[in-house]
Parts: sequence; C-alpha cells; structure tokens
Amino acid sequence: MAEAMNPTPSTPPAVPPVPDEAVRVAPGISYRKAFRYGMIGGLVLITFATIGALQTFQTKSIINGELNLGYLGLGLLPLIMGLLAARMPEAKEGYVQAKPGPRNLIAGLMVGFVSGELLLDFALFVQVVNIRPVFINVSPQMASLIAFGQANQANGLALLLLTTTILGGIGGLLEVLPKAWRSALVGGLTWVVMVGLFDVVFSAFFRGAKLQQIDSFLYSAAGGLHLNGAMLVFIVAASLYFVRESQGKAIGRRYRQLPDPARRSVKYGGLAALVLILLILPELLGPFISEVLDLVGIYMLMGLGLNIVVGLAGLLDLGYVAFFAVGAYTTAVLTSPASPAVAPELTFWLAIPFVLLAAALAGLIVGTPVLRMRGDYLAIVTLGFGEIARLLVTSAWFKPLLGGAQGILKIPAIVIHDFVGAPIVFNTPPKVLYLVALFCLIAAYVSWRLKDSRVGRAWMAMREDEDVAEAMGVNIVEAKLKAFITGAVLASIGGALFATKIGSIFPNSFNIIVSITVLVIIIVGGMGSIPGVVVGAFVLEGVPQLLREFQDFQFLAYGILLIIMMLYRPEGLIPSREWARELHEEEMSQDAWLKDVKQQDDEAAESGAPAAD
Amino acid sequence: MQKSLPQAEKRGFIQANFVGIMIWLLRIVTVVIVAWGAYNSISSGTYSLSQWKDLVIFGLAQGGMYGLIALGYTLIYGILGFINFAHGDIFMSGMMVGYFVADDLNSLGFWNAHPVFSLLIILAVSMATSSLVAVIIERIAYKPLRNAPRLIPLITSIGASFSLEYLFKGLFGAAAKSYPDMTSIDGFLNIGGFHILKTQALVLGGVLVMMVFLYWFVEHTRAGKSIRAVAEDKEIAALMGVNVERTIIITFALGGAMAGAAGLFYALVFNQVYFLAGFVPGIKAFTAAVLGGIGNIPGAMVGGVTLGLLESLGPVLILAGLGIPSPHQLSDVVAFAVLTLVLIFRPTGLLGERLSQEKA
Repeated sequence: MAEAMNPTPSTPPAVPPVPDEAVRVAPGISYRKAFRYGMIGGLVLITFATIGALQTFQTKSIINGELNLGYLGLGLLPLIMGLLAARMPEAKEGYVQAKPGPRNLIAGLMVGFVSGELLLDFALFVQVVNIRPVFINVSPQMASLIAFGQANQANGLALLLLTTTILGGIGGLLEVLPKAWRSALVGGLTWVVMVGLFDVVFSAFFRGAKLQQIDSFLYSAAGGLHLNGAMLVFIVAASLYFVRESQGKAIGRRYRQLPDPARRSVKYGGLAALVLILLILPELLGPFISEVLDLVGIYMLMGLGLNIVVGLAGLLDLGYVAFFAVGAYTTAVLTSPASPAVAPELTFWLAIPFVLLAAALAGLIVGTPVLRMRGDYLAIVTLGFGEIARLLVTSAWFKPLLGGAQGILKIPAIVIHDFVGAPIVFNTPPKVLYLVALFCLIAAYVSWRLKDSRVGRAWMAMREDEDVAEAMGVNIVEAKLKAFITGAVLASIGGALFATKIGSIFPNSFNIIVSITVLVIIIVGGMGSIPGVVVGAFVLEGVPQLLREFQDFQFLAYGILLIIMMLYRPEGLIPSREWARELHEEEMSQDAWLKDVKQQDDEAAESGAPAAD
Repeated sequence: MQKSLPQAEKRGFIQANFVGIMIWLLRIVTVVIVAWGAYNSISSGTYSLSQWKDLVIFGLAQGGMYGLIALGYTLIYGILGFINFAHGDIFMSGMMVGYFVADDLNSLGFWNAHPVFSLLIILAVSMATSSLVAVIIERIAYKPLRNAPRLIPLITSIGASFSLEYLFKGLFGAAAKSYPDMTSIDGFLNIGGFHILKTQALVLGGVLVMMVFLYWFVEHTRAGKSIRAVAEDKEIAALMGVNVERTIIITFALGGAMAGAAGLFYALVFNQVYFLAGFVPGIKAFTAAVLGGIGNIPGAMVGGVTLGLLESLGPVLILAGLGIPSPHQLSDVVAFAVLTLVLIFRPTGLLGERLSQEKA
C-alpha cells in the first residue's frame, strides 16, 4: 500500500544546467525516507506494546476519560517520526533550501499510515497466533487496547490507522507552520501533558497554597485533568509561548532600554521573590514531593561529584556508588546505637568530619592503583571496585562490623540547636530538604569555583590529552588524585544525608544501578556543566520518583536515553563550553573557514576584483 | 625559566617514585597475602585431594565459558578499539531465546528422546540469536560513532547493555527460567582419576571445538584475513580492497556467535537464565580478555581458563587460609581483584596485546 504511494523518485526533477548566477534548489523531502521512518515507528510501537508499556501506562490518566499515558505514547511516536521524516534536509553548500510544502504533509501522513499499519498487522497476528507463552505481556487485553477498546475490532483498528495517519500528518505539517504558531501549539500541548502527568506536584502545590478551587477545577477526583482544565492549561500556555515567540524580542529590548535603577529593581525583585518561594516551597509541597526532592538533591550531590571526575577530569568512574556507600556506612556506624561492632553514637555534625576523611581515604585507595590506566580500562576497574565494595559489605567476613545483608538500623535524624538551645530535629522530608538544598548549594558553589581554578584547568587539560597536559607542566598524579578525592567527598556527603534521611541502610541500596543513574544524569545534562547536573537530576531522578508505578521501564528508558544522547547530542542538553568545542571542533573550524572564505569573496566582490581561487 | 628547570625535574622524579613505590608496595602485599593464605590452607589439610580435583575441573569448565565470551570482547576491541559493554547481554540473549526452544522441545518430548539433536538445535538457535543481536546493536548504536572520542562508544555500549537487559525483562518477564533437565547428561564420568560431571565434560569438549573453529576461521578464511587486516589498520585495509564495514559486521556476528555458544554451555551448567544473567559473566569474561591480552585470540582462552581456575581455587586456597569466613561468597571479589591487579601490573596481559601502536 505504502509502496504504491512511493512512485516518485526521491530526487527532485532533474535540474537543467543553469548559469552560475542562478539559484540551485536543494533536494526536498524524500518519500523513501518517510517510508523508512514509518517502518521504524511501527516497530517501536510494536515493541512498546509487547513489553507491556501500553497496558501499564494506560493506568495513568492525563485528561480524565479522554487521554491516558499509554495512548499518549501511541500517538506521540507517529507525530515525532512524522516530524523527523518531514524535516527539511539541510542544504549543501551552493544550494538554497527548498521551501516546505505539500510534500511535508504527504510524508507525514505516510509515516503515520505505515506505522499504524504495522501495529494493526501485529494486533491481527496476535489474534491468530498465540505468542503469549513467550512474550508474557501479549495478552488479549493488549490487543483490545490497540483497537481502542472498541467492541467491534475492525472499527477500532480502522480508528487506530486513522489516528496514527492524522498524527503523522500533523507531525509533517509542523515544519510548514510559522514559528510562533508551531511553538504555541507544541508548548501548549507539552504543558497539558506535564500538568496532567505530574498532577501530584501541581495538586500538592495548589492545596498547600490554599487554592483548592484551582485544584478542583483542573483535576478530576478520578485522576487526570478535567477536559475544561486541560483546555485552560492549553490556552494559557499556548498564548504565553505565542507571545514569547512573536513579541519576545520587543519585550527584551524594552527591558534593556529601562533606566538602570528600574532594571535593577526588576532584577532583584524577581530574585527575592524566587528565594522566598523556594524557602517556603518544602512546607508548601508536603511530605511526598519533599521526599522526592530530597532524593533529587542527593543525586544532585553525587552528580556534582561525578561531574568533576568524569566531566572535568575525564576519568570514567563506573563504581562511583562505592563512595556513596562509604559516606552512608561511616555515618551509620558512627551515629547509630544499633551499629553491630563499634557504636560511638556521635551526633551527625561530629561524625561528618570523619565521613569526609573516610571518603577522601577511599578516593585515594581507588585512585592510586588506577593512576596509570587508560580510559576504558579505568571504567571497568572502577566498576569492579564498586562491586567489590558491595560484595564485601554483604559477606560474612564484614558482617560483624557492618551488619551484612541486614544492614544498620536506627540511624538518628540530624539535630541542630538554635540560638536558645532548643533542638530542631530534621526528621520529616520537608525539613531534610532544607539541609539537602544547603549542601547542594555548597557543592554547586565549590564545583563552580573549582572549574575555572588552577586545578580545574589542569583537569580539563588532562581530559583533552594527558600527555600534552603533562608536557605543559600539569602534575597528572596530583590532578587525578585530587579529582578522585573531591568526587568521593561530594558523594559521601550525599551518602551521609541518605543514611540519616532513610534511617537504616542495606548493602543492596548501593548497587551498580546507582552509579549508572548518576552517569546518565551528567551525560544527559552535559558533561562538565553544573546547570546540566541540576536539570539532569530533576529530570532523571525526580520524574521516575514521581512516576513510581512505572519503575519497570525506568532503566530501559535510561539505556535508550544514553544511546540517543551519545548518537545525537554527546555534549548534553546544557553543554559546557569546553566539551562542546572538543566534540564539534571539526564543524566549528569548517564553519569558521567558510565564513572566512565568504568574507573574502564579499570583499573581493566589493572592490570589483575577481575572487581569489 | 632556566631556574625552574631543575625543580621541575626533581618534582618529576618524586612523582614517578610515588606511583612506583605504591605499586611495589601493592605487589609485595599481594604476594605475601597469597603465599601466606596458600601455605595455611594447604598445611591445614581441610580439603582432600579429590576436592581439589573437583575445584580444578569446575574452574576449567567455568574458565572455558569465560574464554568463549571473552573472544567477543577481544575481537571487537581488536578492530574497533573499544569495550563492548553490552557483550554480556548479547550472551544472555542467546541463552534466553535458547530456553524457549528448549522448553518447547521438552514439552514435545523431543528433548530427552534425541539429546544430541536437541542440543545442536539449541546451539544453532542461541548462536544465531546472539549474533543477530550483536549485529543489530552494532548497526544502530556503534556505526555512527566510528570516529568519536574513545569514551563515547563506551558510554553508548553501557546504554546498549541497559536497554537489552530491560528490553528482555519487558519482553519475557523478570522471573528466572529453568532449562529442562536432560537425563542423558546427568551423572559423572571417571577419566584418569578425575571425577567429572557429564555436563562439565560436554562443556569442555564444546568449548574446545568452538575455539578450534574460531582459530581456523580467523587464520585460514578470507573473512578471517580481512578481520586481521582491519584490526591492523582500518584505512590501509580499506585501500587494499577490504570491505571494512562488512568485516566489522562479520566480527560482531562471530563474537556474538561465540557468546551464544557460551550461553548454551552456561545454561547446561547452571540451568537458570534471567534478564541480568549476562552482567557478571560479561565482566568476568572481560577480565579474562584483559588477562590474556586484549586483541589476542588465543589469549582470550588462556585468560579465561586462568580466571576460571583462580576463581574456583582462589577463595579456598587463599581466603580460607587467611581465616576469612565462608570464602565462597567472595569468588566474585577474587575475580574483580584479579582484574585490578592484572591491569596494574601487566596491562598487556599474559600473552601480550595484539594492537597497533596508536591504540595502546
């Protein structure tokens, strides 16, 4: 069917030989590519259904009765594939980009049709052949979900095909829309999904701020947004995006033209409001959200530490969780009355110096033997260290000291005495959040100051090329050990906070998954970039925590995310300057060269002389 | 400038010494610990000769499997210069798909009626699955990264490993699956005073056949020659008319097939398969590859067998001698410690790396 739609060759009609001055138009949208993207989309959709994601996700309602997360995934994929397939190919040098047109729409429709068709075939196939003994999630329920739960399956499947085709077409059309409209549409829909998906957060916020009316207007009691609420969110968000896209520059200009004092008052007023909101936010959001944010903060601390080791110094450490465990276990042994062997029962603040010392020592112990190893060996050896640490803690050998698999219980909460000596006990998630935020701020400040310091520059030089750095006078041994120790110390603070927050620790909390999660955080955020770590921690630890019912798919998503980031955006979402430069050196130098040539040509043209070859 | 030179030299001297001294210290400590543990353990006479023999056989069988998986690491490292972290999961995928076929054969009654034929079918299935998975991963994830900085393919392969593990979890469920029993390979054989489990004998034989096949393939076929040529120098090989991309695919397929065969053997010995089953064997096989000298094909086998023996004898011989309780829990620790020590003291491995200079 789709083949029949592909009679035209992918190249445009042959360009007649044109005189030099004429503009040559680059080839436009390729239908062959659209077909391929459709096939890929269809296969992904089938996988999505086969691993049980469709069934699991459909329990989460986004717009009550209208849209759930499962169908969102089902619809989003053709849309994105349509968008990708209909993206105008970049024009090569000497060509002018073709104008977007009906070909975009057709390509998008084709993508949607092909992927829908594949999923439909799969649903029919499942009816005939029972593959459930092997693929445990392929149930009749799944087949009926694919048919949109319609009693008449043929109708349902036709509906499916229609939906995917239309969504693919919309994806294809997005390229044709004017920029402001496109950004309004995409932004509005994104916000509807966000507000619907993270209803816990928004609900908690509105209830905390005593705005029950808004809460009950937006959200239905059965979960998800009301249709009216969704429309409201869409209109507000879309108009904001529209204004920003069309008027943003004008507003920015007006702000810059303000007299200095006025501008300053706007700036500081905004900052003060932000700080105030942040200060009352933990109490406002309530225990559940605060607990999620606690975890985000702890991962942020680890991310900041690993960012120094991997992002700045370029030492890929896959056993980073070992330092986290050192922090947690040292805290537990020193503060808990239930510690099996030694139980000095220190307070948290007295224990912290020992924790840092232990972590620094651990950094030294891990760092020294690996000083001379090259990058990929280092990764595996540190992975080995992480596993050794976990296995030793679990083993009977260390059981008398660290409690083995039973762990250490009864770790007391942190206590601070205020001015009159009355104790403040940090025993609830919102209270812990203040401490976590404080430590995160300190860690962020430290790594920000370290980045451009002497040792920070040494790390970056070492990352680019060890031999050259050494030749330039960087002491490699010192720089590597410093990186390991700093990273270890930051992770151990995270571990200490984790131990006091949870109150009991077990060796199984410290497995390879933690190391990988932190690695994903810094890679998605952008290696060497502090804002990247912050964003990464929120997205990669916060979102899975909020959507805990879909934990099964968290690590699959991490894996796919790692691959996609490495293939398409290795510098991360918020790249650091240096790393981006290293990765795109060639392109940048080419761009600079092209610019140079063009400038020379222009100058030559202006002076009336023939351009130099 | 002139003045600061001697100081710089002095600093260089001290720093070389710092690392040197640490490494020497570590060396001495290791030797003393190993010798002391071994002496105690042997002189105490807790374990009888037949127990030692059992441990050796177990280590050999185990090591043979590590060696087979290690071949994949070595082949890929040889030609692309990066560690394919997902290789352990490629091994798992063959084992997992093999299980479903074995289960079906068993329920048809074919499994115990025609054991040889069934094993051959499963072997073919798991080898084909693993090679297919390896090639798909290569095409999707590694091909676009041919000229990227070193760490990027490594991180991608970590992502591939996670994706595979949790994709298999989603597809086939998280529960551990048990291969059906095969009555004809239960029980023991007595060969030259060694009391060998039939499965272990089968595994040792199978590993040997696979190794010989691989060695023949790499040394004596056209495809093998092109693999060696690409490992030596990609660009020159391309100029000489070798199809580099095709060779890379063949290499991944070959490494995957070996991992798939190892998957069947592993399943015969341990019976169970689940979605994380590839992780630890994968890392140990990597250790084996490094131990033998990465990029070196006979080295993978030597490294595998050495690691297998160390892992089965090590806890009893050394750790028990040091008075550590329940040393068997720590056999993985021994393996990881071996990896670390090898990389510190002899990063080129027992037989030496076969790498061109610029990769080292």
